[in-house]
Amino acid sequence: MEAGTKHKSIQWGGRGAFLLATLLPLGAAFLLFWIYPIAAAAVFSFTNWHGFVSQTPFIGLANYTRAFQDPIFLQALRNTIVFVLITAPVGIALGLLLALAINRAGPLTQLFRTIYFVPVITSVIATAFVWRYMYQPQFGVFNQVLSLFGLPTQRWLLDPGQALLCVAAFAIWQGVGFNMVIFLAGLTTIDSVYYDAARVDGANGWQVFWKVTLPLLRQTMMFVMVTTIINGLQVFAPVYIMSSAIISGGESAPGGPMNRTLVIVVYQWLMAFKELELGYGAAMGMILLVIILVATLLQLRWLRARWDY
Amino acid sequence: MGLLSMAYVRRHWRTWLVWLLLSIGAVAMLLPFYWMVITTFKPQAEIMRLPVTWWPNTFTLKHWQDAFRVANFGRYFLNSLFITVAIIAGNLLTSAMAGYIFAKFKFRGRDLLFILVLGSLMVPFYVPLIPLYDLMVRFHWDNSFWGIIIPYLYSPMGIFLLRQYIHAIPNDLMDAARMDGANEFDIFFRLILPLCGPALAALAIFALAYTWNDFLWPFIVLDDPKLYTLPVGLARLRGRFSADYGLVMAASVITTLPLLIFFFFAQKRFVEGITMTGMKG
Repeated sequence: MEAGTKHKSIQWGGRGAFLLATLLPLGAAFLLFWIYPIAAAAVFSFTNWHGFVSQTPFIGLANYTRAFQDPIFLQALRNTIVFVLITAPVGIALGLLLALAINRAGPLTQLFRTIYFVPVITSVIATAFVWRYMYQPQFGVFNQVLSLFGLPTQRWLLDPGQALLCVAAFAIWQGVGFNMVIFLAGLTTIDSVYYDAARVDGANGWQVFWKVTLPLLRQTMMFVMVTTIINGLQVFAPVYIMSSAIISGGESAPGGPMNRTLVIVVYQWLMAFKELELGYGAAMGMILLVIILVATLLQLRWLRARWDY
Repeated sequence: MGLLSMAYVRRHWRTWLVWLLLSIGAVAMLLPFYWMVITTFKPQAEIMRLPVTWWPNTFTLKHWQDAFRVANFGRYFLNSLFITVAIIAGNLLTSAMAGYIFAKFKFRGRDLLFILVLGSLMVPFYVPLIPLYDLMVRFHWDNSFWGIIIPYLYSPMGIFLLRQYIHAIPNDLMDAARMDGANEFDIFFRLILPLCGPALAALAIFALAYTWNDFLWPFIVLDDPKLYTLPVGLARLRGRFSADYGLVMAASVITTLPLLIFFFFAQKRFVEGITMTGMKG
């Protein structure tokens, strides 16, 4: 503590009082709602925790070994990774392309930026429902457009081979505007001096993009990649809304058909909140956390090795 | 019009090409919203008929009536509004206070605490999800607005944003106020808070977009249909009402429209706020 800010007693209206009034609730909320649940998730993943507000015997690594022998979990893991491998590269490339195009749209820049941003600020539940309706095989818009061009109609979300792709297409549509806005912000930070210099050196548009724009967007690219992949690994709502087939009288569990769209967070939710297998659910959360940490570190290293000079 | 003259087109054909391509993409971006709105006015029989109609043959308001009568979307709207306003107000106050002490106070453990707050941004929400819900059950905050509002009162993003902003405010201002005998609470509320306008606006927009559309946590906490927020009420239509497309689409419009209206009026601020905070929907 510095001499100037030191207090012998805490007085109403003094710095000490303000500090306490701020720090005490902040500390309490932080401990209770962040530190405790994260620590508890780690601890409970080693327990046979069934049902909320209950005692929990330790079972060691059993939840973890169970996960890697559970064919449904492994399927969910595979689906999640495939989902990210589709949505991340396409979403990032499209976002960058859009940003470059919108940057050159002159007087219409603002208009296009607004349009492409709309899906980002609308409820995923609402847009996922519309897409589900547009994918509907009998009277959906997509099949109508296909038959307009004389192409064979598809079963989309009901086809085990296509369902995950359909959800991924929705996710790209939904998220591309976010990447675009971040790239646009990144583009404005590039000094035009670099472009002028490249042009003096006789570089063509393609070379300028690879040698000037892309390296100078490194920080932005890092941010977009990390957030896109982290969000992709945590996908829940689109799968929950889009991946259900109606069975007479009720609704099938999300993740269908044949578990082909089941992703980790959906499986975790099913296990924890439907089956009350809380310990197992917590273990799945920890596994995904490790995957996210590793993926993030790998990306940071890769980007640094590639463009740092 | 100047933009359409042949000379302009010849000189700016690249720009025109860009506009053409962007327009095609824009149609793809907006088509689902057109479809959402137009479906709400079609009778069920027309919705399920081929060929698809791009404009309703018969207009009906039945789905809109259903959304407010059969499903209780008027109520859900008020619930969403209440929760959103409460969380935004809480976030603004707590972020400004915490940002202020992190920026301008010196106390033991300050930097460590700040790093911890920032670190919590990196932890995905589903990791603390299950124990946090267990905690809500123990507090009897499950199935109540408290369970939604209280854990969200502090925003690590907001604290970070406000700390950065307040850091740039010169200390002389506060010292001068202290010389005049102002107490610390006066300095905060009368001096610091009014100076934080742009940062608070960015945070409010971030919190608005995030809270209005937030789904997983309210979906888990809220069980009583009287307490549903708009996204939760909408998601609960899955199942029994899945095939009632007109109703689902009307409910979707009710869920998205308030934020969209806000967005069109405050676009620039919105995009800036989202960029500043790096929110992801």
